[in-house]
Amino acid sequence: MNKPVLDIIRVSKRFGSTLANDDISLSLGKGEIVALLGENGAGKTTLMSILFGHYVPDTGRVLIDGQQLPPGKPRAAIRAGIGMVHQHFALAPNLTVLDNVTTGTESLWSPRSRRLEARTKLMAISQRFGLKVDPDARLGDLSVGEQQRVEILKALYNEARILVLDEPTAVLTQIESERLFTTLKDMAAQGLSLIFISHKLDEVMSAADRVVVLRGGRHVAERRTTETTKAELAELMVGRTVTRPVRAPSTPGERVLEAVGVSVRAGGVDRLKSVDFHLCAGEVLGIIGVSGNGQATLAQLLSGTLAKSGGDIRLFGKEVNRLSVEDAVAAGIGRIPEDRNREGAIGEMTIWENAILERLGSFASRGLVDRKAAIAFAQTIIDQFDVRGGTPTSRTRLLSGGNMQKLILGRNLINRPRILLAAQPARGLDEGAVAAVHERILDARRQGAAVLLISEDLDEVMALADRIQAIVGGRLSPPIGSEEASARRLGLMMAGEWMQEAAHAV
Amino acid sequence: MRFERREHRSVALVIATPLIAIASALAIAGVLIVIAGAPVLEAYWRILQGAFGSRLAATETLTRATPLILTGLAAAVAFRARLWNIGAEGQLYFGAITVAWASSRFLGDMPSILQIPLLLMLGALAGMALLLVPLWMRLRFSVDEVVTTLLLNFVAVLIVSMLIDTVLKDPMAFGWPQSQPVADAAMLPKILARSRLHIGLLIAVVLALVLAFVEARTVFGLQSRAAGLNPQGAAYAGVPLKRTLVIVACISGGLAGLAGAVEVMGVQGYVTTELSRGYGYSGIVVAMLANLNPFGVVLAGLFTATMFVGADGMSRSLGIPSYIADVIVALSLLTMLIAVFFTQYRIRR
Repeated sequence: MNKPVLDIIRVSKRFGSTLANDDISLSLGKGEIVALLGENGAGKTTLMSILFGHYVPDTGRVLIDGQQLPPGKPRAAIRAGIGMVHQHFALAPNLTVLDNVTTGTESLWSPRSRRLEARTKLMAISQRFGLKVDPDARLGDLSVGEQQRVEILKALYNEARILVLDEPTAVLTQIESERLFTTLKDMAAQGLSLIFISHKLDEVMSAADRVVVLRGGRHVAERRTTETTKAELAELMVGRTVTRPVRAPSTPGERVLEAVGVSVRAGGVDRLKSVDFHLCAGEVLGIIGVSGNGQATLAQLLSGTLAKSGGDIRLFGKEVNRLSVEDAVAAGIGRIPEDRNREGAIGEMTIWENAILERLGSFASRGLVDRKAAIAFAQTIIDQFDVRGGTPTSRTRLLSGGNMQKLILGRNLINRPRILLAAQPARGLDEGAVAAVHERILDARRQGAAVLLISEDLDEVMALADRIQAIVGGRLSPPIGSEEASARRLGLMMAGEWMQEAAHAV
Repeated sequence: MRFERREHRSVALVIATPLIAIASALAIAGVLIVIAGAPVLEAYWRILQGAFGSRLAATETLTRATPLILTGLAAAVAFRARLWNIGAEGQLYFGAITVAWASSRFLGDMPSILQIPLLLMLGALAGMALLLVPLWMRLRFSVDEVVTTLLLNFVAVLIVSMLIDTVLKDPMAFGWPQSQPVADAAMLPKILARSRLHIGLLIAVVLALVLAFVEARTVFGLQSRAAGLNPQGAAYAGVPLKRTLVIVACISGGLAGLAGAVEVMGVQGYVTTELSRGYGYSGIVVAMLANLNPFGVVLAGLFTATMFVGADGMSRSLGIPSYIADVIVALSLLTMLIAVFFTQYRIRR
C-alpha cells in the first residue's frame, strides 16, 4: 500500500456504560476505497464522527498526511480535506443546488457573493466526476439519489480529498446504488480516498478494495475484498454463522383475498391501474419493483388507510368496498408498514402503548384502557419475539431498528393473522435481524397465513415468495412461480417487459 | 459542547424542573429589582405578603387563579394533541357574553340550581363554537390555526365590545359600555363569606383532575396523544384523526368559554372589555409552565396569580413598578422552557 493519507490510531470512545469504540485503528491510502462493515451499533458511525470532529475521542489520535488533526473541531477536519456525506442529508430543501453547495463557504462579512465563480467551480467538479446536476434546481424537487449527489458535490466543493459516506445506499434504489458505486470508483481512480459505511455484504464486495469489520466497538478483522467471501464477512460481522431461513414447500390453501381490476386514484393521480392479484392461505406472494411504482399505495389499500376507486376486492369471499384500519385489524390482517418510524410506531410513546394502539378495542372497556392487560400483552411480545433493549413501560424510541421491527412483527403475529401484509420488512436491518424477520414471516406462512411481501430486495423475494409479481407504474405483471424466477427474469419484469407482450397479444 | 438525549427521566428531575426554573427566574428578576432600587429579598417577601398575607389577599389570589387554571387547561389539552389554540382570550369573551346575554334576557327567573349549570354549559358551548371555526378551516383547507385562532381573538373582543355598547348595553351604567348584569340567581355561590372567592375554583380544580384522568387512562387520551406526537403513525394505527381533533377542540374551547362564564358569574356579574386581564394569553404561559400536565396547570395558575396579586402589594410598599410581576412570569416561562429542554437532553463535552 502507498503512503496513507489517513491514519486513525488506537481510538477509544465511551458513552456512559457502553464502549462505542474500543482501541480502533484504521488507515486509508490514496485512491483507495475502504468499507467499514458492521451491524447497527457496532461503532461505525461513532468512529466516523470522531474523524469528522463531532466527537472528541477519549484516547487515540487521527492523522491526515501524518499531521495530527485537532480533536472535536469539524472545521479543522473540513480544512484538512475530509468530506462527510451523511445518511440523512444536511441540506436545505428550499434552496437551490448551488446555494446548498456554497452555504458556509463564504465569509459572512464579504460584501458580495461570488456566485459566478462558485457556479464555474461547481460545474467543473460536476463534469470531472460525472455527477450531473442542475445548479439552479430547488433541492426539494430532486430525487433522493440526486440529493445525495449534491451532498457529495458539496464535500468536493470544499476540496475534500477523503470522502466518508454513511450508509450511502440506505435511501437509494438498486439502480441508483449501482450508479453511485460507479461514480465512487471513478473518484478513487482520480486520486480521492473513500470510506463508506455499510452493513450490506453485496455492495461491500463489489465496491470496496478493503474491508474493515467492526463488531461491538472493536476492530475484529480486515480483509482485501479479493481475498475474502461474503460468507466469511457475514460471520465476522455477526460473530457467528448466520443463515437466512429457507422456505419449505407447501400447498397453498383457499383464496383469502382476491383483487380484480382494482384502481386507486389519490391526489389527482392514478396510483394503481386495474391491478389483479390474489392471496392464498399458506402462501407468500412477492411484489417486486423499483420503489415509487405504486408499492406504497398497494400497502395502504390493504392496511385500510386508503380507499379504492374502482374494481373489486373480495376478502374471505366477501365483497369489500371501503376497508378501514379497524376492519382490517378485526378481519385478521397483520400489517407491517414500510416506514417503521413514521407509521409503525410512535417513538415518544411507551412500548405497551404502541403494542395496543391499533387494537385498542380489545384492551379497553367503556372507554378506559386496561393498562394491566396491555402491559402484560407487551411483555408477552417482548418475550416471544425477543425484543431487546426495553420494558413495556420504556419509550419505543429507545429500541434499535431491528428491535422495533420485532415489536411491530410481534403485535401483528401474536394473534395469528390470516393475512400478513409486509412492506419492506427487512429494510435497513442488519444481517442477524433480517434472518429473524424472515424466520417469523415463514412461520406465519407455515401456520396458514397468506402473506403479501412487498420488497425491493430480490434475494429476499426469491427466498420467501411462492409466487412473484412485478409492479411498474401502478400496474401489476401476471404472476410467475418462484421456480421460474431468476435475477434476469425478475429484472425484465421490473423493467416492464411484460407490458409489451400484453400489447402484442391484443 | 453538544446535547444528548436523556434516555430516562427520573421523577425527582421532573418535580425539580419547575422549581429550579422559577428560582432562576426570581434570581434574574432580582437584578431588575436592584436596579429599581429596592432590596430583593424584601421585595419577594412583600409579594408573598401581598398574595397570602391576609385573608383578603389569599382569597383574592385564589380568585385570580381560577380563570388562569381554566385557560391553562384549555391550552394544555389542545397543545398536547398539537392543536395550537392561541384563541382562548376570544373564546373566554364569547363564553362571558353568552352568559350575560342568556341570563339577562331569558333565564333570569330560573332558580340557581338550574340556571347556573345551564349558563356554564352555554358559556362552554360558545367557546367551543369559536374554536370549531378555525379547526374546520384547518381540516378542510389546511389553514394554520395559530394564525386564525390568534386573529379571532381580536374579532371576538370587538364583537363583544360592539354588543355591550349596543343591544346588550346596560342602561343603568351611566353610559359606560358594559353589558346588562346576569340575574342574582346566576351568581356562583361563595366558598368563603365576605370574600370574592367563589366555587369556580373548585370547578377548575375538579376539571383538572378529570382531565388528568382522561389523558392518562382513557382510549381518547391515548389517541389524542398519539395524534399529537405522530399523526401519520396514529392514522396507520386507525386513530380517527379528525374526530380526535374535533373532540380536543371542543374540550379546549369549552374550557376557555367556561373561564369567561365563571369570571362573569363569580366575580363581576357583567361583561366589560376589561373582564379578562389577558387570561387567555396567560393561560398559554400557565400551560407551558406546567409542561402541559393538568395537575401542574393548577400549581402554575396559582404561581402566576400569586405574582400578579402580590406584585401590587410590593409596588405599594416599595414604590417599584408592579410590572415586575409580568417580567417574573415571562422569565419563568423562558427558564421553564430551558429547564424542560434539560430534562430531555444532557450536556456532553
